[in-house]
This record gives sequence, C-alpha cells and structure tokens, in this order.
Amino acid sequence: MSRFGYVAPKSVADTIHLLHDCETRGERAQILAGGTDVIVQMRTFDREPRTLVDVKYIEELNRVSIEDNETYIGAAIPSGVLNENQKLKSLYPGLLESADLIGSTQIQGRASIGGNLCNSSPAGDTIPALIANAAKCLIAGTHGTRNVPVEDFVTGVGTNCMTRTEFLLGLILPRPRPRTQDAYLRFIPRTEMDIAVVGAGVSLTLDHDRVCTHARVGIGAVAPTPLLVTKAAEALIGTQCDETSLQAAADACRAAASPITDKRGTVVYRRKVVGVLCYRAGVIARDRILNGQN
Amino acid sequence: MAEAVREFTAIGTRPIRPDGVEKVTGKANFGADFSLPGMLYGKVLRSPYAHARVKGIDLSEAKAMEGVFSVITSADFPKENPSDMSCNILAREKVLYHGHALAAVAARSQSIAEEAINSIKVEYEVLQPVLSADAALAEDAPLVDENLRTNGDESFMPSNVAATVHYERGDVDKGFEKADYIVEEEYRIPSAHQGYIEPHACVADVNEKGRASVWCCTQGAFEVRNYISEVLQKKISDIKVTPSEIGGGFGGKTVVYVEPVAVRLSELAGRPVKMVMNREEVFRATGPCSATVCRVKVGANKDGIITAAKAWMAYEAGAFPGSPVTPGCMSIFAPYDLKNFVIDGLDVLVNKPKVAAYRAPGAPQSMHAMESAVDELARKLNMDPIDLRLKNAADEGTEAPYGPKYPAIGLVECLKAAKVHPNYVNKPAKDVGRGVAVGFWFNIGMQSSAEIWVAPNGAVTIMEGSPDIGGSRASMCLMAAETLGIPYDSINAVIGDTESTGFCNLTGGSRTTFATGLAVVRACEDVIAECKRRAAMTWDLDTEQVDWENGFAVPRPGVNIEAEPLSFAELAKTAGRTGGPLVGRASVNAQGAGACFSVNWTDVTVDRDTGKVDVQAFTAVQDAGRAIHPSYVEGQMQGGAVQGIGWALNEEYIYDDNGVLENASFLDYRIPVASDVPMIDCQIVEVPNPSHPYGVRGVGETPIVAPLAATANAVREVLGFRINDLPMSPPRVLEALDNAS
Ligand SMILES: Cc1cc2nc3c(=O)[nH]c(=O)nc-3n(C[C@H](O)[C@H](O)[C@H](O)COP(=O)(O)OP(=O)(O)OC[C@H]3O[C@@H](n4cnc5c(N)ncnc54)[C@H](O)[C@@H]3O)c2cc1C
Repeated sequence: MSRFGYVAPKSVADTIHLLHDCETRGERAQILAGGTDVIVQMRTFDREPRTLVDVKYIEELNRVSIEDNETYIGAAIPSGVLNENQKLKSLYPGLLESADLIGSTQIQGRASIGGNLCNSSPAGDTIPALIANAAKCLIAGTHGTRNVPVEDFVTGVGTNCMTRTEFLLGLILPRPRPRTQDAYLRFIPRTEMDIAVVGAGVSLTLDHDRVCTHARVGIGAVAPTPLLVTKAAEALIGTQCDETSLQAAADACRAAASPITDKRGTVVYRRKVVGVLCYRAGVIARDRILNGQN
Repeated sequence: MAEAVREFTAIGTRPIRPDGVEKVTGKANFGADFSLPGMLYGKVLRSPYAHARVKGIDLSEAKAMEGVFSVITSADFPKENPSDMSCNILAREKVLYHGHALAAVAARSQSIAEEAINSIKVEYEVLQPVLSADAALAEDAPLVDENLRTNGDESFMPSNVAATVHYERGDVDKGFEKADYIVEEEYRIPSAHQGYIEPHACVADVNEKGRASVWCCTQGAFEVRNYISEVLQKKISDIKVTPSEIGGGFGGKTVVYVEPVAVRLSELAGRPVKMVMNREEVFRATGPCSATVCRVKVGANKDGIITAAKAWMAYEAGAFPGSPVTPGCMSIFAPYDLKNFVIDGLDVLVNKPKVAAYRAPGAPQSMHAMESAVDELARKLNMDPIDLRLKNAADEGTEAPYGPKYPAIGLVECLKAAKVHPNYVNKPAKDVGRGVAVGFWFNIGMQSSAEIWVAPNGAVTIMEGSPDIGGSRASMCLMAAETLGIPYDSINAVIGDTESTGFCNLTGGSRTTFATGLAVVRACEDVIAECKRRAAMTWDLDTEQVDWENGFAVPRPGVNIEAEPLSFAELAKTAGRTGGPLVGRASVNAQGAGACFSVNWTDVTVDRDTGKVDVQAFTAVQDAGRAIHPSYVEGQMQGGAVQGIGWALNEEYIYDDNGVLENASFLDYRIPVASDVPMIDCQIVEVPNPSHPYGVRGVGETPIVAPLAATANAVREVLGFRINDLPMSPPRVLEALDNAS
C-alpha cells in the first residue's frame, strides 16, 4: 500500500481549493469515489504517496435529477444505489445494466459511474453505454465548469481530458426521445467478476413505422479508448434494424475497432465479437421499443 | 460388495462441523492472522528473468538501511548438497524462472522491507529460457540444468529430461492388429494453479538457543518441520511447527517456500519474522501443476473390447525434476482391464516454477487424454460411452496396469449407477452436448497418530495432526461417536502442533479420513478397552467378561452377575477413583487405502458467435467406500468438478516469449466463479474399503480427474469436432469454429 493522506471536502469549492493547493505544492492529489479502482491500484502497482480527496460527501456528486429535457447523474453514486432508481432504469436500461455488471454486489455498494469513467480504462463497462446515450461530462475546475461529450473524455489508456485541478461532478444525459431504448452487452469468459474483453452499447429511436430515426453505438475494449461508431449508427438510421442493417452496423464496429492481442483476447477474436455484441445489443434495444417498454 | 450394509447411528449423518462457527464468523485464525510482539516483516527479491546466471548480488545498501534487521541470500543457507527445495527457495548460481527468489530481507515495516528489496543490485547474465516441453526436447535446446542426466545415468549426455517412466504388458502390436477401430490423437493440457484462496504465510521465531517456532498455513506441520530441518540443517528437535487453519491447499501447501527463509531471517535478526506472499507471488513462484503433452492410441474390436492401448506423455516439471509423470502413467489406463499396453512418460525441465502436487497429481492430464480417446472410440463403435466403459471396466481381481490386483473397487457400481441415473436417462435437448468420462485415484495411507482424552463429564477431545481442509474434524468426531457409542456433540477434534501430538503425515493423497480416521478409531478402541477394564474392576470380573455396547460397558452374555450397564459418562465421572483419567491412543501406518473411481457427465452449450462454452448440468457419481459425513464427500465431489471445469474451459498460464507470466492474478487466471457453474449433482456410491473399519476410501482427489474429458467430450458433441488442446477458452473455440467452416 502506498503512503497517503485523506481529506473529505464537503463542497465543490473546497475540493477545487484542495486540488489547487496540492498542485502548487507539487504534491499528488487523487480523487477517491468508491475506491474500487484506486485502492486496488495503490496496493499493487501505483505506490506513489498522495493525498486522497474523497468526494463522496459532496451533494453535487450524489444527486440524481430527472428533468423534462435532461437527466443529471452525480459522479460518485454507487451503481447499487443507481440501480434502485426505477425511473432511471426505465429511461436508460442499458446504461443501468452496464453499471450493474461492475464487479459483484459488494463492489456495487461502492463503484460509481464517475469512477468508471475517470479511471478511463478502454474496458470500463459504463463508457460505451454512456456514449450510446450521448452523455456529457460536467467538469469543475478553477475557472468554473465545462461540458465535454463523453466520447471525447477518455484520451488514452488510463488518461482523460481533465487537468489535475479539475474533477468530474456528474453526467448529463439527454432525455430519450419517444420510442428510444438502449442496451449494453459485454463479453467475458466468466459470468461475473471479470473485465470486458469486448463491450458494445447501442441506443435506438424508431418511428411508428419502425424506421430508425436516431442511433448511437459505443464500443469498448477494442481500441485504446472507448469509441463512438458513427458509421454503425448510419447503417441503422433509415432501416428497420433488421438482420441486414444490424449486420452492416456490426461490420462498421469491426472496421472501427483497432484491438490488440493480449492475455484476454486476440485481435481476430475481439474484432469478430465486437460485431456480434453490437448486433445483439441492437436487437435488444430494438425489441425493447417494439415490445413497448416506453 | 464386501459386507452387508450395517446400521450406523453417527456415520452417514450430516451434523455441523466443530470448526464451523469460527469460520463463518471470521474468528478462525489463518496463516496471515498470527502476530508476535517485536515482529519484523520479511520480503523476497525475485528474478526478473526466466533463465539467467547470477554474477553478483550487492546487498550493501539494503543491509545499511535503517529498520532492516537481516538480509540473506542462498549464501546464508548451508552450503553443502543443497536440495532442490533449498535451491527453489533461494536460487544459487542460476535463477531458473521468472519470479525465482534469490534474496530476502526482514525489516521493521513492510514498506522498509520493500525499499530494501528494491535497493538490492543483482548482476545477471541472461540466458535463453526453455518454455515448453516441446522446446525442452528439441535437439539443440538450452539446458535448464547443465548437470542433469536422464535417470541420473552418467552414460547419457546432459539434457532436459530428468526421468523416464515405462510400463507395459502383453503385445501391443498384436493387440492393434486385432482392433477394428483405432483412435490416435495428441492432447495438450496446460499448467493449472491449485488456486487456494489463502496465500502462503508464516511467522518464525528463533530464540537465543536456536530453537525455532513456526506458525504457518500448511497441509502438514510435520512435513514443514522436516523441510526446515533439511533446508537449514537444523535438528528436528529444535523446530516446532504449529499449523493454522488453512484456506485451501489442493496439494500446493505440501511444500514450503517462505518458512525456511523466515526462520533464517529470524535467526539472524533475533526477532520474530512474518512473511506473507501476495497473490502475484503465489502465481509466479509457487507450484502449479504440469503442463502436459499426451499422445494416446487405443484400439477396440467390433464388440467394444479394447485390444491395445499406447501412451506417450511429457510432463513439465518446472525448473527442478519431479513432475507427477509416474502417477500420470500409472493412472492413465487404471479404469480398464487391458491385456496389451505400453506407457512411456518423460519428466521434463523447463524455465517455469517447480510444479507441486495438485489434486490427483498427474492423473487429470493423462486421463483427459485417455477418456477423450475412449469417447472417440465409442463414437466409432456407435456405442453408449458408459456401455463401452462397462465392457472394459476394471473390477475386483483385475490386474491394475501399474501392477497389483485390485481388491473390491467401485468402478462398475459407479457406471451402473450412472446408466440409470435420471440425469443420464434424460437425453439432452437439441444443441446441448453431453460428455462422459471416468476418474480414478490411488489414494494413500501412511502414518497418523491420535489420542483420545476423556473429561470427567464424559466429553471427549480428539487430538490429532491432520490439518482440516475439507471438514475432517467433523469426520473424526463422527467416527469416534460411532465407535464409542456417544453423542457427536460431546466430541471435539483438535489439530495439534508438532509437539502436542504424535507424528502425522500431511493432509494429502486423500488419506486423512482413511488413515487418521483409522488412528482415531483405534484410539477409541483403546479407550473402550480401558473402560472395559474399569468396569470389570468395579464388578469384580475379568476384562474378557465385559463387552462394550452402544456406549455402555455390559457383562458379556452368559456372565452370571447382577450389574447395571455402566455408561461412558459414568465411567468418565468415576475415573478418578478407578485409576485416573481415561485416555486412549493409537498410531498407524495405514495400508490398503483403496482406489477411488468416479463417473462424471456434463451437458454443455456453445455460443457459436463468441466461442463461449456454458456448462448447463453436471453430475458426479463416485465411490466413497463409506461416506462418513456425506456433505463433505459431496463437497469434495463438487469442488473437484468445478476445478476440473475451470481447467477445461479457462485456466491456463500465459507466458510471453521471455517466460514472463502475463496473467498472475485471479482476474486473468480464470478459476470459475459460483455463477459460472450449475449445481453439481452428486451421487455417492458405497463399495466399502476392506482395509478400513468403516469402509472409508479417500474421496478428495478423484473428483478433479474426470471433469476435463467430460467437458471436452460434451463440447465435441455440440461442435461435431474435437478441440484437442485445453483450455477450450472462447478465443480458441471461436478459432476452431472458423477453421471448421
Ligand atoms: C472485484 C472488482 C470487479 C470489478 N469489475 C468491474 C467490471 O466488471 N467492469 C468495470 O468496468 N469495472 C470493474 N471494476 C473496476 C471498478 O470497480 C470500476 O471502474 C468502478 O466503476 C470504479 O468506481 P469507483 O467509484 O470505485 O472509482 P474509484 O476507484 O474511486 O476511482 C477510479 C478513478 O477515477 C478517479 N475519479 C473517481 N471519481 C472521480 C471524479 N468525480 N472526478 C475525477 N476523478 C475521479 C479516481 O481518482 C481514480 O483514478 C472492478 C473492480 C473490482 C475491485
């Protein structure tokens, strides 16, 4: 375990101050949400001393608000708590399922969507689902707040667009249009307690003739960062999301992917399966609409 | 069957285990839970290379560091004739695998110990590593050990083959001539780790007179005592080992890694030293089991009689000789009555961690090969796989392929039970594949001691030396309850340290309930003999005139006396007046462990787009001889099945080209989680072992043997073709599907 200090500010302003102070002193500060990534990393490979800034006590990061045109989800809310919010679940079932995939019941008592995103792993499960839902990241810093589309947030393996004096307040999701549904699927060799070998999130809107008017597809673990696959969406828009168009979307995901071969999977495997998951997530989202889930 | 079923009162019931409360409430003390005042923390420096010559080690900075109390290398171990274990614990001239320990420090805190380790400078001459049996057997392979000659035969040139094993009977060429169908295949089985949840941990405290006290998690405290004595050339009487509760071993805790290091560090520091491995160290440096290549050829005539069988197997030993190639060779054909066979095996050195025992060492690999081949044979013959095995099954009187004639064994009974089991009678649905395989393990006896101490209220303490891994305390209490004729609840079993109980071999080889159980039964009989003597004294009779019946001393039928039966409790209560406390003791070198056979079948589905295999159902039928505590027999069957399924589907060691293990964590070394497997259905068959008073056979190891081939055979059924190499992980299955289409 690395040596560390611990502070738990109560406000956004205090947090910014703390981050700023550490920065000017040349000390490392790190935000702590659920700690399910941080603590594991401190015990294994990242032994540098630091000050942990626990953001779990700040109201802004623990609040959910569902407005007419958008939804705000505080960055530090544990996935277990989010999944008890029936309203959220009915609006963004795929996103909530992605949060529900993280770890186990115990882990979900702590693990947050904000932490998942800020950890910025290519395999973070909620990120493709956030991409599919056109989420924006609300980031606070010394100069106020700013909004960044989630697909632009992660910049590389474990890196993101925030400076050292910024932190994530929450995520802003547009209110889904009528007849919109999402779905997220990941592939792991086990059934739980594993890291995505491939992930795919799809959000679809169908009109009353079952024709797709809007679509977004996010994929994970097949490139250095999770990706928005515009071509996959284009393959679906204007179609009834039938086998042919879903297959075209799947192929678009395969083309967009630039996976590596590692202990978790090969290039060939990941490329193939990202298409399979896009296809299957597309079917789930489509059928959720057709079966009248909203 | 050896005897008619007897009525038992205690045996065969399922009471709560004596150690249960402590374990479920988190109070039980495991290896890392022990501490002493003034204790230091030990840490090991590990090789970053899989194969390198150590040119020099500079310890000066570490030794000078504030808070560091002792720093050692193999130079601080006895110089003469180091054993392989000693060289494995601290490397000598060469480091032989990535993660091989070569220095250790003891410091006031873990972080100082870590800093000290990082300050040690080692100069290496990096050598080419040998990373597979194939590479090791190649013509111009680098040598793991330049002095190693096969079977120690000086007339051979040095090679990576430590030993060869050969068995044969009859005439295989003639046998194959008589075959109408022949299957010949090569199978590869990867290294698997035992995956015990508790890493190795110990505290060692050496006093001013050089006496060492060691607390550790181990399968055998007496073996640890021997190993420390051998490695450090210390007198046995100067070492006391206390076993903690154990969080899994599966063979992996039959050897030592940190204990002798901690003793030496403590000796030099003059303070107790604690050493706890982390998970990464466990994966990099403790024994997995052998990766194995098996070539099998089996022939049968039209009637399904196996006419000949041939096997060639190469077992990776890791960096030192000693793979389980011999038991692998002995077990491969063990379930069958064969007239003609040849078996050849090689023990092959590679630059990987030294292998350690893992449940039925050697058998899962070799029998995976044979059971896969027999499955193919059944397909060619268009015969039910159980029927084919019944036609060739070994039974009482069959000459085992490894020599002796089997006494009463339960293979045929298991096969017959499987054939009529509802899970077998119900045929699998469309797109579900079923695979069948049989399993076997020899089991061992060896030495155990037990003492019985009776309290004045009739409560009984069993003192024995077998660390309790699978519920053996409960089984000991049940056998004592049955023998003495007293309630289970009045008995407790205690596992002693090396100075509070007689010598006892380790918990392994499925021996504990059999051999330590035998010692407990004999010790109970010793108490009974004493009880009869006391009763005889009370009644003024000869001891021969007293019988023991259901917990009471009674006059033997025909003895003419008016006497109320004396209960065990009464005899205990009056013991002070009749000659002092009641105690009994026994020691055994148990013979006739009794082989254990099983039949497993599983139903699987395969996702053809992702290559993922899902186990839908799994049934294990196994001969327990006599199930003392059926829940713990089932626990063994279920645990072994899950480990076997994991090995078949996902577990493997992934090395890069330099011999660095890439998946040294439970995240990427994928043992199954609970939701990955269905409920494992168990049926216990009881063909009593004639060598045990209650008929016990060991049941702990056989369960892991059959699941590999059962799973592979089921996948074969779904796919329509066979994947010969394990694990059948999703990328491998998908690749095979792509190649097939
Ligand atoms: C057993 C286990 C299983 C797991 N399974 C999964 C899984 O299935 N799928 C998956 O995707 N992940 C998994 N994880 C990883 C982890 O649980 C998730 O990434 C989780 O969402 C992280 O959330 P957290 O709140 O615990 O983040 P923390 O660990 O607190 O933080 C993670 C990172 O984000 C930063 N951070 C957190 N909040 C903020 C903020 N508001 N502003 C700026 N930076 C911030 C932290 O500094 C840190 O770098 C698993 C972890 C464990 C231990």
